[in-house]
Amino acid sequence: MRKKTSLVLGAGLAALALALTSCSSAAPKQDSTGAAGSEVEVFTWWAAGSEKAGLDALVGVFNTQHPDVKFVNGAVAGGAGSAAKDLLQSRLQAGDPPDTFQAHAGAELQDYIDAAQVSDVSALYDTFGLRNAFPKDLVDRLTVDGKIYSVPSNIHRANVVWANPAVLTAAGLDPAAKYATLDEWFVALDKVKASGKTPLSLATTWTQVHLLETVLLSSLGVDSYNGLWDGKTDWKGADVKKALEAFAKLISYTNTDRDGLDWPDATQQVIDGKAAFNVMGDWAEAAFAGASKKSPTDYIYFPVPGTDGVFDFLADSFTLPVGAKHEAAAKDWLQTISSAEGQAAFNKAKGSIPARTDANTSDFSEYQKSAIKAFASDKIVSSLAHGAAAPVAKLNKVADATSKFTTGASNLDAFQAELAAAFAG
Amino acid sequence: MTAVDASAAGLGPVGPSVAVPAIRPTKSRFSVGRTLRFALMIFFVLVVLTPVYVLVVTSFKGAGDATPARAWALPELWVMDNWVGAWNALAPSIGRSFLIVVPSAIISAFLGSMNGYVLSLWTFRGANLVFTLILFGMFIPYQAVMIPLLQLMLGAGVPSGVPALILLHVIYGIPITTLIFRNYYQTIPGELVEAARVDGSGMLRTFWSIILPISIPSFVVVLIWQFTNAWNDYLFAVFFSSSQNGPVTLALNNLANGALLQDYGISMAGALLASLPPLVVYILLGKYFVGGLMSGSVKG
Amino acid sequence: MRKRLKVAGPPLLLLAPSLILLGIFVYGLLAANFQTSITDSHNAAQATGQKPTNVVGFANYFTLLGTGSFQHSLLNLLLFTVVFLAGTMLIGFTWAWLMDKPSKGEGFFRAIYLFPMAVSFIASGVVWRWLLNSNQGENASGLNRLFQILGLDFLQNPWWNNVTFGIVAIAIPAIWQLSGYVMALFLAGFRGIPDELREAARVDGASEWQLYRLVLFPQLSPVALSALIIIGHMSLKSFDLIMSISKPANYQTKVPAVDMYVFKSSFDYSSAAAVGTILLTIVAVIVVPYLIKTNRQEQR
Repeated sequence: MRKKTSLVLGAGLAALALALTSCSSAAPKQDSTGAAGSEVEVFTWWAAGSEKAGLDALVGVFNTQHPDVKFVNGAVAGGAGSAAKDLLQSRLQAGDPPDTFQAHAGAELQDYIDAAQVSDVSALYDTFGLRNAFPKDLVDRLTVDGKIYSVPSNIHRANVVWANPAVLTAAGLDPAAKYATLDEWFVALDKVKASGKTPLSLATTWTQVHLLETVLLSSLGVDSYNGLWDGKTDWKGADVKKALEAFAKLISYTNTDRDGLDWPDATQQVIDGKAAFNVMGDWAEAAFAGASKKSPTDYIYFPVPGTDGVFDFLADSFTLPVGAKHEAAAKDWLQTISSAEGQAAFNKAKGSIPARTDANTSDFSEYQKSAIKAFASDKIVSSLAHGAAAPVAKLNKVADATSKFTTGASNLDAFQAELAAAFAG
Repeated sequence: MTAVDASAAGLGPVGPSVAVPAIRPTKSRFSVGRTLRFALMIFFVLVVLTPVYVLVVTSFKGAGDATPARAWALPELWVMDNWVGAWNALAPSIGRSFLIVVPSAIISAFLGSMNGYVLSLWTFRGANLVFTLILFGMFIPYQAVMIPLLQLMLGAGVPSGVPALILLHVIYGIPITTLIFRNYYQTIPGELVEAARVDGSGMLRTFWSIILPISIPSFVVVLIWQFTNAWNDYLFAVFFSSSQNGPVTLALNNLANGALLQDYGISMAGALLASLPPLVVYILLGKYFVGGLMSGSVKG
Repeated sequence: MRKRLKVAGPPLLLLAPSLILLGIFVYGLLAANFQTSITDSHNAAQATGQKPTNVVGFANYFTLLGTGSFQHSLLNLLLFTVVFLAGTMLIGFTWAWLMDKPSKGEGFFRAIYLFPMAVSFIASGVVWRWLLNSNQGENASGLNRLFQILGLDFLQNPWWNNVTFGIVAIAIPAIWQLSGYVMALFLAGFRGIPDELREAARVDGASEWQLYRLVLFPQLSPVALSALIIIGHMSLKSFDLIMSISKPANYQTKVPAVDMYVFKSSFDYSSAAAVGTILLTIVAVIVVPYLIKTNRQEQR
């Protein structure tokens, strides 16, 4: 018995000693302030899949362009409790920022700007010659009071409908048909419903907000839609009410287990032929490709009815945090991600499209090419669900209100009032 | 309360000198009660393993096959890629997890047993207040205090990675380990300690020679808790370490949630892989649950 | 005075390391949190001092408690906690009771029952999302589909996809995960009871049931208290579990911890801090009187 206890205690002491030695051995590592430009800690959510492949490709270009700077991967996946965003906010707050971090371009940055946590990088736009390389519409959307606070690395399109032609044919619809308005689309949705399939597959709250934004865009038109974010369009108005009614009607065509699904599950229903349509950003293309499906035989895509000629954009971008330990190195990183080579390498692997119009995209996929063409010619508007149009606090309120409405905990009037309240003040 | 009554009701103090049969005789004859018991245990095993079945079959499925609609179906094609991929992604961090979890579980268990001993068998005026104050640490809403905690750790200069996580798991483990030990020691008749006091044994000596030997069942439950909790911790890991110096949960989260298009197959393989070390710990420590432990150790 | 010091001195010395650490890492942080909660720091600019922050007293608390959605969250937490506590205690105790007598394959059963604890929800939450899918009838998947396969169609239900009672379904994975641990606590308790207690009762002619009811159960009440407090504190921390199955915005599964997360991500630090303090106050209101009561009984 005595032997046993002393054994356990011995193990405890050994462990303590181990902890102490690892303390002392790890201590010097943290103080690696070194010469500025020696390394750059890049904080992203890109930790797996095509995002990681894109990041790896980008790092490849970075190592060629800046061989003297060491890339430190600070990738922390979102998901689960989304502690990743919590971590970023807390690190900025505690005065320990990464050298550069990924954020959605646009209004999502507003909080960091207000808090004086990110630097104005408009000087870099001139140095790197970015003002002419990006579409003017995009630069306008990124400019706040004459200043720009981030450099976009890639562009995605939100207003895309994905459809299964076999399900459409079985419901007596022509897969090649175009729907100019939501009302025309409703007729098709009714036919699918009659055929016994799910007309429109939908997933959890953020995808519902995603659908809501495309309905608002379709129903209100570009100018009124843009007015929602700067107060020129009244959220309490009759136009918005009409749009919300269309949204409610669309919800009635969807699967009831939506809150328990994430977007790939909803897209999978279209792939499997259980649902006819799905509204999702163009990252859904990867899900079809992953299931070895080919367009246009296995799936088709088109802009959300009523939004033809409009590109509902979201973008990932990189910032220059105030107080970053390696500012010069961070600027090197921004140079690489904004270069034509960097954008081409990254976006080809990730499946998105370059923000630069002059990147070499000849070897991009069929869908990517069509999106590149649209991005260059369409009117560009900002996505609500993906942080381009409104700050996080407002988006959170929209999400809460939407969830309450779609679960039946509030009615249309209450929904509209809550949305208006989210954007008041 | 009644616990005291029962032992006071003429059953006498349980001293180290009392010898008891280590293993109770088992009856070999068939009985309805035993069959029923066994059937119930099997039934519960099936219930517990139902979600595990889905985890396992999904971990062998390729993309497009791993969907909610086909959750119960066996894989169309059994693929090993997920397990290989998960192993490659998680292997480096599994070692670091051990480096974090083993010391923090052992240190906090010892702190807890000392605290529990003092607060139950060597009480002093105000001991219950102190216990309540310690216990309250359990209920601290971590999310709410992460920013000051980050500032505190930065200010104290604790290096991120293994040292920071050991420190945090030890500190925030104290309330729960103290609780378990204190309440366990309360089931021990007070006469045991009184006798030692009369013999003139000091507080530490009594702890060492009388209390520790009979604490093994408690150590088992505390170690299981601390090991599992630290092993599965994600919040501290994400704040106080990085994927280069952090535990397996960080790598698992990056693997499962690092891409917009989640790969369910590899996620499940990773989840199962990461759960194997705690399972081994349960099996190893579980040995100490077997029959008449207390009496056995007392006898030795 | 000197005499009391002599009694309280050594025990306090033994407790000192724990008390100092908890003083800083629990009470220091709670004080910082409380301080934030009584200001009007509702956006990022205020949090970094770009805009002024004022002390507003308990205004944030009144606003929160007056909001319908926060009341909904509190009600959800209550429902979740009750079901979670009842489920784990009942199942955990049943398992411990079934396994109290040594039997063949005991180690196997114990390891299986404990296994869910080892599975991190970071990756496996997806499987629970699949299992708790709300579709019924033709489109059923998950557990509803399993019920159809087993011919138990009447058990089909929408699980957590119900605004009022949905949260109860989220308690199922929580019960699955922690019942095994409650079993371990009770098992350690059973095994910690001296065998002569059982023997003496048998000699007195007590039936098996009387043995449990009159001798063993009362001995276990401190252990049951441990289990209750541990499970109770897990219910407050069920955030990770809820997040991995549902999403922060899903109205059905809102609890205060989710609200705290949403406030924090909206840079509304004062409201987040207020939610944290409210959670802690709830715990205090429930746990402290219970502790005082049990302490009094023990001292009697």
